[in-house]
Amino acid sequence: MNNGFESKIVAFCCHYCAFAAADLAGVLRLKYPPDLRIIRLPCTGKLDTLFLLKAFEKGADGVLVAGCLEGSCHFISGNLRAKKRVLAVKNLLERLGIEKERLEFFNLSSAQGERFAQIAREMTERIAKLGPLRSSGRCPYDRG
Amino acid sequence: MIVADQKPIEEILEILAPYKRVLFLGCQSCVAVCMAGGEKEVGLLAAAVRLARAKSGAPIEIAEGAAKRQCDDEFNEPFGPVIQQQEAVLSLACGVGVNKLAERFAIPILPALNTRFFGKVERQGIWKEVCAGCGDCILHLTGGICPIARCAKNLLNGPCGGVRADGTCEVKRDWPCAWVQIIQRLEELGQLERLLSTRMAAKDWSSDRHGGPRRRVREDMLLEA
Ligand code: SF4
Ligand code: SF4
Repeated sequence: MNNGFESKIVAFCCHYCAFAAADLAGVLRLKYPPDLRIIRLPCTGKLDTLFLLKAFEKGADGVLVAGCLEGSCHFISGNLRAKKRVLAVKNLLERLGIEKERLEFFNLSSAQGERFAQIAREMTERIAKLGPLRSSGRCPYDRG
Repeated sequence: MIVADQKPIEEILEILAPYKRVLFLGCQSCVAVCMAGGEKEVGLLAAAVRLARAKSGAPIEIAEGAAKRQCDDEFNEPFGPVIQQQEAVLSLACGVGVNKLAERFAIPILPALNTRFFGKVERQGIWKEVCAGCGDCILHLTGGICPIARCAKNLLNGPCGGVRADGTCEVKRDWPCAWVQIIQRLEELGQLERLLSTRMAAKDWSSDRHGGPRRRVREDMLLEA
């Protein structure tokens, strides 16, 4: 499945849905690829466009943002705002010569452990097809 | 405030193409407030440009900074030592900041923004032009609403015959007619009579940009005798 490389995918997950769903996936002992690095946000509304660009800059091959189902955001509209930011960065990536498919926004609820595992598989497969973002692997600016 | 837009990223990449070491210098005043060139935007633009350049196989080293007010030398001075080490500076200030840096430092100073107008925040994410810097203000006659900047035809005795029944402008469909707004406002202030009984005199445009580049001198503030 991994096309010869283990990709790095950063997953920005909302505390109230996707993060809980990831937890549930674990409790249910569901299998999904180990390529995901989860970062918990209090709400996807906290998502800053800079987080997305920095993730790619620091070596991620793919980034996903997962927020609550539309209409169910704990903070009313955080997920809708995050979605707009993700769309803007997708557009920017394309103009920078980077496949916009490397970034995706998902909606799910805290009860959807299986859906979380499926998203992880979906995204890992997608990134495997695209290959690493940098052929050399390491980001030339990443001195840390 | 001065309202500006970031140039399209394609144009910025083209402007930066010849350089490998560049300082991205933002300005923490107007352009930070209008979300075009503050510290935040410096970070975003630098990350975007690094990504694009790394991807295209022509990496670039970017230093990041933001002056409190790029249109004054004293706020740019602390960046002097960093600037000395660069091949160029990409300024995210308005055109004034770019001009100012170019005057002071002997390396290429490149603009990242298109400076647009003097505007106000309508609501987050939307800015509107409200003053055109004509140099001879008439807001005391027009209820604080500027027809030079806000009427599509810069009319001094409006509204024109084209104003729509719903009060929007003939030329700009989603724009309220400045003169309808002026009349409503003067009515509220009880000053409409004053406007109706006078005809606005022909404007002397020599104080506007039409009179060529402008300069302001305050003799009493000059330090030399
Ligand atoms: S009249 Fe002139 S100075 Fe006054 S707001 Fe309008 S453009 Fe600006
Ligand atoms: S409709 Fe009003 S704002 Fe538009 S051009 Fe006519 S007078 Fe000016």
